[in-house]
Amino acid sequence: MASPLLQVSGLTMRFGGLVAIDALDFEARSGEITAVIGPNGAGKTTVFNCITGFYKPTEGQLTLSPPGGRVLSLERMAGHRIAHYARVARTFQNIRLFAGMTVLENLLVAQHNALMPSVARGLLAVFGLGGYRGLERKAIAQAKFWLDAVELTERADDPAGSLPYGAQRRLEIARAMCTNPVMLCLDEPAAGLNPRESDELATLMRRIRDGGPGQPSCSVLLIEHDMGVVMSISDHIVVLDHGRKISDGTPAEVKADPAVIKAYLGEGDEDETPGGDAPVEDVA
Amino acid sequence: MRFNFRAALKDAGISALVSIGLFGAMIGLKTDPGPTSLVLTPRPWAVVIAAGIVFFGRLLILFYKAWRPAGAPTPRRLRAASNQIGHYLTPLLLAFVFTLPFYAGRYWLDLGILVLTYTMLGWGLNIVVGLAGLLDLGYVAFYAVGAYSYALIAQTFHLGFWTCLPLAGLFAACWGIMLGFPVLRLRGDYLAIVTMAFGEIIRVVLLNWVSLTNGPNGISGIPRPTLFGLTFTAGGGPGSFADFFGITPNISQRFIFLYYVILGLALLTNWVSLRLRRLPLGRAWEALREDEVACRALGINVTITKLTAFAIGACFGGFAGAFFATRQAFISPESFTFMESSIILAIVVMGGLGSQLGTALAALIMIGGSEMFRDLADYRMLIFGLALVMMMILRPRGLVSGRVPSVSLGKRHKISAELLTEGHG
Repeated sequence: MASPLLQVSGLTMRFGGLVAIDALDFEARSGEITAVIGPNGAGKTTVFNCITGFYKPTEGQLTLSPPGGRVLSLERMAGHRIAHYARVARTFQNIRLFAGMTVLENLLVAQHNALMPSVARGLLAVFGLGGYRGLERKAIAQAKFWLDAVELTERADDPAGSLPYGAQRRLEIARAMCTNPVMLCLDEPAAGLNPRESDELATLMRRIRDGGPGQPSCSVLLIEHDMGVVMSISDHIVVLDHGRKISDGTPAEVKADPAVIKAYLGEGDEDETPGGDAPVEDVA
Repeated sequence: MRFNFRAALKDAGISALVSIGLFGAMIGLKTDPGPTSLVLTPRPWAVVIAAGIVFFGRLLILFYKAWRPAGAPTPRRLRAASNQIGHYLTPLLLAFVFTLPFYAGRYWLDLGILVLTYTMLGWGLNIVVGLAGLLDLGYVAFYAVGAYSYALIAQTFHLGFWTCLPLAGLFAACWGIMLGFPVLRLRGDYLAIVTMAFGEIIRVVLLNWVSLTNGPNGISGIPRPTLFGLTFTAGGGPGSFADFFGITPNISQRFIFLYYVILGLALLTNWVSLRLRRLPLGRAWEALREDEVACRALGINVTITKLTAFAIGACFGGFAGAFFATRQAFISPESFTFMESSIILAIVVMGGLGSQLGTALAALIMIGGSEMFRDLADYRMLIFGLALVMMMILRPRGLVSGRVPSVSLGKRHKISAELLTEGHG
């Protein structure tokens, strides 16, 4: 079994009196796609916001152990440091691209920290010093690599806001990947995609997980409602309901878990609830 | 579309009636000093003229709308022509500003210096407002800091203009960072209010710290700039520019020199901001304007990025301030009122956020134009206001809108203004 990359233990997030996440424990292993699923309002996006530093958890530890032996406590890091040093990248449920900038510019902004190691070097670049040209060449090569991967090379010079919806989703993933993450958090990447686009997305996610030439492997943490996508590509699924974990395991185990079926279908007569190979897919 | 003449007449008639209601008392009655008190002189003809203008103006607009419905694309010929003009405008303008001193008299040169000063301020503010999307209503504070830094350092330590210029910029940049820290968390309206207050605080401190700034009396006798140590004095004399080159001393030599100094400073501002736009820092500013949350998720340090925008914008404001001080040889807090901030911001907004050419054109129109109409005295502001309203109707995104991508694989296409975000602070 792969080593744990992210270990969530006792994660609790309260907003005033509202408990959004209640003592949540799970782990995401490196080289795997871990899906977080659950009904609406289960606290999935809140978990993401805690991991990526947009929220400060009320309690609990988020321990990231990237390859190389470092151990990082994400709950103590500021948002931009998580992306920069811990190399956890994310996308958003409602796409957040830089609409007025071109596709290529979006990918270069993602490589800001590689292009500008310090403010002083950023300012020296005004006068052509500090080795900026070499850095920029490398950044453009990286951007081209991901443009090819998401099939957007043709549209590299178009403004991001003018792309069709599915292309914007893919661009957001490419942009997150340009930060060279060890873990990619995708918040409902298949929302609004047609079945063909969903299949392409699944292929892309597998490619991100497995790595390849010029691209190290990157673990994926996924929030998704499209059960077809979740069941087919996930290595490991965590099910949340009302801020608590109700199930955890492989897709097959989760599908068969009565607690999951109950959460999705609501409580009913035992006879009416299909058992065995519960059609969770159809429900979502 | 068929033009409905009766409906148009009715519409125009209603507009004229509304205008009579509005102007009836305002224009129709004039107060004149009578023998004992003010007397009212009725001017019915003035109301008739005003209503007439509204009537026919409205009719013309309706004609135009019927001829070309809203949303119809600009004819291709017209668009091509405007592209052509855009293509040649920058080199033409540059040639014009470089050669101006050869044929312009002192009045025009003086006006040129003023326009260039505001262009430079506009370009400096453009970094903060246009690129980083941080609405700054107190930009004049940095102008003031630059001016007072130069005046005080030059007088206290007997240093020349060129030594003090970087120092003035540095001080202004420090104040930019100092303003930046408290406003980091603020957005939009709140940011605007705090920056406005900051501008006023600087002015009030300058006004009241009499022991340092000489308060409302200002600082006079600020040294003039030199060209490698050569002075520009009216009488010539040893060590002066005229003496060194063996020409007759003439006061206009100093104006020509000052003109080229501000031209150089303005072009430096332009060059640095154009360069920065193509570098990670400038791209991060624009990304910040587009979406701050996404910037954070990509590991961009939002704090540092915002502070550098404030600091670099302020630095150029400081340079402009030092130039202002050396040109006037006298400064007082009166020159740094909120009005100045709003004029500079109006220049940036009118020019089109983020556009260098637009800012220069807007400075020319706003400063040069308001100078043109000086004879019209109070009506100047009326024309000014009218121009701004027209502008907001016809070109709501500024004279030169849209943005050119900073990097491309193939051909660069201009991005239309509709896709751009104006920033939320």
